[in-house]
Amino acid sequence: MLIRALQDEGVEYIFGYPGGASLHIYDALFKQQEVEHILVRHEQGATHMADGYARATGKVGVVLVTSGPGATNAITGLATAYMDSIPMIVISGQVPTSVIGTDAFQETDMIGVSRPVVKHSFFINKAEEIPKAVKQAFYIASSGRPGPVVIDIPKDATEPTESYLYEYPDSVSIRSYNPRLEGNTRQVKKAVSAIKEAKQPIIYSGGGVIQGNATEELREFAQLTGAPVTNTLMGLGAMHGEDPQFVGMLGMHGTYEANCAMHYSDLIIAIGARFDDRVTNNPRKFCPHATIIHVDIDPASISKIVPVEIPIVGDCKLVLQELNRLLSANGAGVYPSSDHLDPWWSKINEWRTKHGLDHDQRHRQGRDGSLLPQQVVQAIYRKTQGDAFVTSDVGQHQMFAAQYYRFSKSRQWINSGGLGTMGFGFPAAMGVQFAYPDEIVVCITGEGSFMMNMQELSTCQQYRLPIKIVNINNRALGMVKQWQDMQYGGRLSHSTYTNALPNFAELIESFGHVGFTAKNLEELDEVVEEAFSDKHRDHLVFIDAHVDPDEHVYPMSVKGGSLLDMVLVKG
Amino acid sequence: MRTVIAVLLENEAGALSRVVGLFAQRNYNIESLTVAPTEDETMARLTVLTEGDDQKIEQITKHLNRLIEVVKVNVISEVAHIERELMLIKVRTDSESVRTEMKRTTDIFRGLIVDVTPNTYVIQLAGNTRKLLAFIRSIGEKHIIEVVRTGVSGIARGEQALRL
Ligand SMILES: Cc1ncc(C[n+]2csc(CCOP(=O)(O)OP(=O)(O)O)c2C)c(N)n1
Ligand SMILES: [Mg+2]
Repeated sequence: MLIRALQDEGVEYIFGYPGGASLHIYDALFKQQEVEHILVRHEQGATHMADGYARATGKVGVVLVTSGPGATNAITGLATAYMDSIPMIVISGQVPTSVIGTDAFQETDMIGVSRPVVKHSFFINKAEEIPKAVKQAFYIASSGRPGPVVIDIPKDATEPTESYLYEYPDSVSIRSYNPRLEGNTRQVKKAVSAIKEAKQPIIYSGGGVIQGNATEELREFAQLTGAPVTNTLMGLGAMHGEDPQFVGMLGMHGTYEANCAMHYSDLIIAIGARFDDRVTNNPRKFCPHATIIHVDIDPASISKIVPVEIPIVGDCKLVLQELNRLLSANGAGVYPSSDHLDPWWSKINEWRTKHGLDHDQRHRQGRDGSLLPQQVVQAIYRKTQGDAFVTSDVGQHQMFAAQYYRFSKSRQWINSGGLGTMGFGFPAAMGVQFAYPDEIVVCITGEGSFMMNMQELSTCQQYRLPIKIVNINNRALGMVKQWQDMQYGGRLSHSTYTNALPNFAELIESFGHVGFTAKNLEELDEVVEEAFSDKHRDHLVFIDAHVDPDEHVYPMSVKGGSLLDMVLVKG
Repeated sequence: MRTVIAVLLENEAGALSRVVGLFAQRNYNIESLTVAPTEDETMARLTVLTEGDDQKIEQITKHLNRLIEVVKVNVISEVAHIERELMLIKVRTDSESVRTEMKRTTDIFRGLIVDVTPNTYVIQLAGNTRKLLAFIRSIGEKHIIEVVRTGVSGIARGEQALRL
């Protein structure tokens, strides 16, 4: 029943790990070829793979775990997907209905444990319910504001000795669930007049534009308005990283020009973004001069953190299309003249020249001639011509990747922005590589994060995944250390590992992959060249780049301040 | 601000726990909660009594609406409405004078004595919260053995209705 429903849903891959409660399901998997099951090494890995697959393709990622520990191991992955609104389905085996509630072996109340971190969940009482539940689960996971859905199936509902009439529904409608798609016309018109009047507008776009496949519309909107565009950490790729209208990422580690432009703007056009605290800093000091237009599919995101003057509930893509239609209907464009925003742009360019990011860091040098993390990211950027899928973990390396890899397209940058899950990047990269076997997939990670899910190196060997892993090795939980350096008088409480790190290159080799080490620019250039050469096209390659452990991520916003309050350099 | 929210919910296993979970998870307060199926057995009607300023109430209703099984939400304390709560209260009636006094107070509040033993009464009383509290005060705490309240149920006046 279950497997046929998944086949009918067109599922390509299931990422999973077997156990007692899912044995019937595994037997059904064995007897078919349509859906490919990927055997992971830890259920958390499975969830991040499905998540990476979903982020790269926009399709629903599917996970299969057993009851009890299998189910609880999937929780971090569910929470990660939930925070970033990623469509995913986790199917968990459950103990037979006859023993539910008796603390049976490997029994966990999966519906209860996962409730706060799922968009919805289904408990299956009888086998007949499976097809409809699967259909609804896919619909709920992928529509409206997407999110993860759990289907918990007791073992007796997958009993192979019983048979049922199988019928897969063609369509679903759920009377209590009707996501609103089109924006209210009056509100959209109001937005257009506000845009026409604005002298210092800025477009602030987030993950909703990526998830909602609205990148093209956003770029057109940017062109029509002539306004600067900033992206959130989750929204990178919506604008081309080298587009002159793009002012970079905003927020805690955003660019100087993006944060200044936000602060001084008179109109913020927020699209598929949610005014996260890493963006607003202190909401009471946030952008005091601005009127706010907020386009989002989730009404609950609007006016949650900061009050919004012109809310538009709807699908980003449809609302942007409507805005673009109205803006271009005016013939020559919105503004009385094309230089309408010149004074605003000259201010922005001034900020940019003064404190913008330096996109050539080769002239710098770390302590004792060591590498700098920014140099590593830039080397990868150059080598892959800005075209690779890049996944990342959580920490300084993630911020350096976001700042210095300039993304050219949507879905190219994949990271756990909302939950900030260390250990996400590597399995996520695997999910991306499964979806796109011929593309270059790079995981920019830190030694701390990598070690949280490195068991999947074995899975990569089994399925021959040629991922390129770039380990920005600062021998520290760098982001923690940075906060301790800056806010705790340099008391490095448990943010370094003494010398208890493995020789990564050797470790990687023992899994049958290719490992390199680089300690200075010269070595870096060499190993990057080799890692991305045809020789290693089909190999997983790991570059262990030893960098200066004392490098900090700048700019960094000052706690409790406005967007203007940034520390730009050390000391 | 004291707020009464009416919710129409799919009458399914687990649906109520999502509503309660939402309040717990987002740190919203539940003063009282009533639930029962409606005339259409596939749906349940909830009345939630909660506290919060306008912004908080807006967030609560938006998040309720986000739950898949929630069909409709209405803040009925914003409109002309009726609130009722049922109370069963057991009192000690050791002497004739107490019994007389209890009977008199119950009549004034238009309650009913629904159980009588040599030493106790159970009194049933329906009304809005203020009336119930006034009754408790009138009886005096020293006579009270046990109080059971259902929590507030509410409905809008006139044509307005919470239906599919
Ligand atoms: C699972 C998990 N535990 C703890 C944290 C808190 N945390 C955030 S960044 C960080 C350090 C990350 O170290 P590393 O991966 O080496 O990256 P670096 O900052 O050194 O580049 C920690 C511990 C987290 N985000 N996720
Ligand atoms: Mg590190």
